[in-house]
Amino acid sequence: MVALFILVPFILLLILNLPFKFLKATVAFWLSAVLFLIQPLLILTHPWFTWSNYPAGLGRFLIFKLWLDPLALIMLFTIGIVVFVSLLVAKSTISTEKRSFNFINLLLVSFIGMNATVLAADIFSLYVFVEITAVAVFVLMAIEKNRFAIEGTFKYLVLSMFASIFILTSIAFFILAAGEISFAGIHNAFLVNSNIILLNFAVALFLCGLFIKCGVVPFHGWVPDAYSEAQSAVSVLLAGIATKITGVYVLMRLFSSVFVLKDSFHNLIMLIGIISIVFAALAAFRQNNIKRMLSYSSISQVGYIVLAIGCATPLAILGAVLHFFNHAIFKSLLFVNAASLEKKFGSTDMPIITGLGNQLPVTSGTWLVGLLSTAGIPPLSGFWSKLIIIMALFNAQRFTYGWIALLASVLTLAYFLFMERNVFFIKTEAAPGDRGGVPFTLKFCEVLLAAITIGAGLGFPFILNSQIFQLKGFLY
Amino acid sequence: MTVRLLRSVVGLALTSAILAVIMYRLNSPLAAVFELSVCSGLISVIFITTVSFTQRISKERLIIRRKERLLRFLYLPFIIIIAGLLLLRYLKIPQFDLPQPAQVTDARVVLWSLRHLDLLGQAIIIIAGVFGVVVFFKEPNK
Repeated sequence: MVALFILVPFILLLILNLPFKFLKATVAFWLSAVLFLIQPLLILTHPWFTWSNYPAGLGRFLIFKLWLDPLALIMLFTIGIVVFVSLLVAKSTISTEKRSFNFINLLLVSFIGMNATVLAADIFSLYVFVEITAVAVFVLMAIEKNRFAIEGTFKYLVLSMFASIFILTSIAFFILAAGEISFAGIHNAFLVNSNIILLNFAVALFLCGLFIKCGVVPFHGWVPDAYSEAQSAVSVLLAGIATKITGVYVLMRLFSSVFVLKDSFHNLIMLIGIISIVFAALAAFRQNNIKRMLSYSSISQVGYIVLAIGCATPLAILGAVLHFFNHAIFKSLLFVNAASLEKKFGSTDMPIITGLGNQLPVTSGTWLVGLLSTAGIPPLSGFWSKLIIIMALFNAQRFTYGWIALLASVLTLAYFLFMERNVFFIKTEAAPGDRGGVPFTLKFCEVLLAAITIGAGLGFPFILNSQIFQLKGFLY
Repeated sequence: MTVRLLRSVVGLALTSAILAVIMYRLNSPLAAVFELSVCSGLISVIFITTVSFTQRISKERLIIRRKERLLRFLYLPFIIIIAGLLLLRYLKIPQFDLPQPAQVTDARVVLWSLRHLDLLGQAIIIIAGVFGVVVFFKEPNK
């Protein structure tokens, strides 16, 4: 009943919009929270939902051609956690009832879109649900309707439109060359090799679109404005999972298991990855706003995932998948921290907010966990995934890439420590305008995500052996 | 309602209708039907509904915008058409051994059996569009 991952949130979306007075933001919040939390819990007990005895009659509407494999399981798990956290952040940061209700509905739409993206079994359905996620995210980004949010949305919208043109054109060429749109059919077309020029041209177009969606250098122009100007809960959603699913997951899925490519494509992907890692890390140094610094950090971390996908060995793909998960968690944590700062002081500009360590012990402590994990410091989760990626690069004889990726981690640590020192530890006489305490839901999200980061790091060997390698079909 | 926005919507509907004719001439009647019904019909209705929520621009802002700003790009369609004709005339496309296109099946089979996930996607994206209209036009500005 894999289709339930799409149908249940869709039915909830319809129910919430029935004309009954009791269906308000509070009811929507609790129903959505239960739904988002159930998904990762279901994934942890995954064997049971492969049940396929559909009720007669109704059953034929539930039979979609979906593809549930270990990679999709990990993605569904990550989606559930990050969307749940985004919902909790919205509870504290969106004050009006009507806006909160609209936010929850759009969050449900993006949740459906992301779930269906990871379950899609053909390239056209994949595209349709990527666009559904993107449309929901566009509206969410501009939900506060201030000038800067709309500017960020517009930039993302325009660049996303170009990405969609490239992707749709490439899908047309795939249909022409392969005769069908299923992943299996396209993979066979590569193996048969008779229309390889057309297929490679389609892949090149697809790659252009995906790089824009991923937000890697030099297609990253929309990322800092989009991530930093959006409402706090939307920043968590966008940076934590939405752009990762619509860009990085699609790259991972297609380039590791569907397309069969020459080394030139892999080298190009690796080059874009390494440039993103270094350029974004250096650009992060120059930022005075916390959210903008986190945006550049996000670009840099996505560069690690893209680098590993380009390397394309089984160990590199394992590293990419694990770093995808780890990045979703620790980046969401850092954006929740930024939301706490914004909630308490009304700003995320570093010259304004300094010396907050004593005032925000939970935020400063979890911030430290997030930054150390981002920088790849043991024993946190980010250390393991980065280690696997770098090991994979060295194993594949890509020594230059490996050394640059290793040194870039030092850059990451440097700019984060700089930020940590300025925001939390410098003593200052100027007191920022205090707007009250940080709400419990924000603290809860910070502690939850920090606990996952620490737990995934400390228990990594156990998780790898008992969970990841037990997923049959993952990497072998 | 703003007249110029309506002209854009009507232009879009006309373009979709012409595209539907082209698709029919290329032996894709199913695609032509969907193009006509969805793009010329449904999308135009959604656009007109959205335009009905807009307000007339103020005279001050109207003065700031130059009327001839679009006339600057009048040459673009001609360049695209001429470039297309030149490419058709001189570009030598290599021969490809393309697979045979799939047999045209009944629209009901396509809709309810083969591509019904796309139907769900369409419904969801329309819902997202409706929420977009509500968020942008029904809520008071911050």
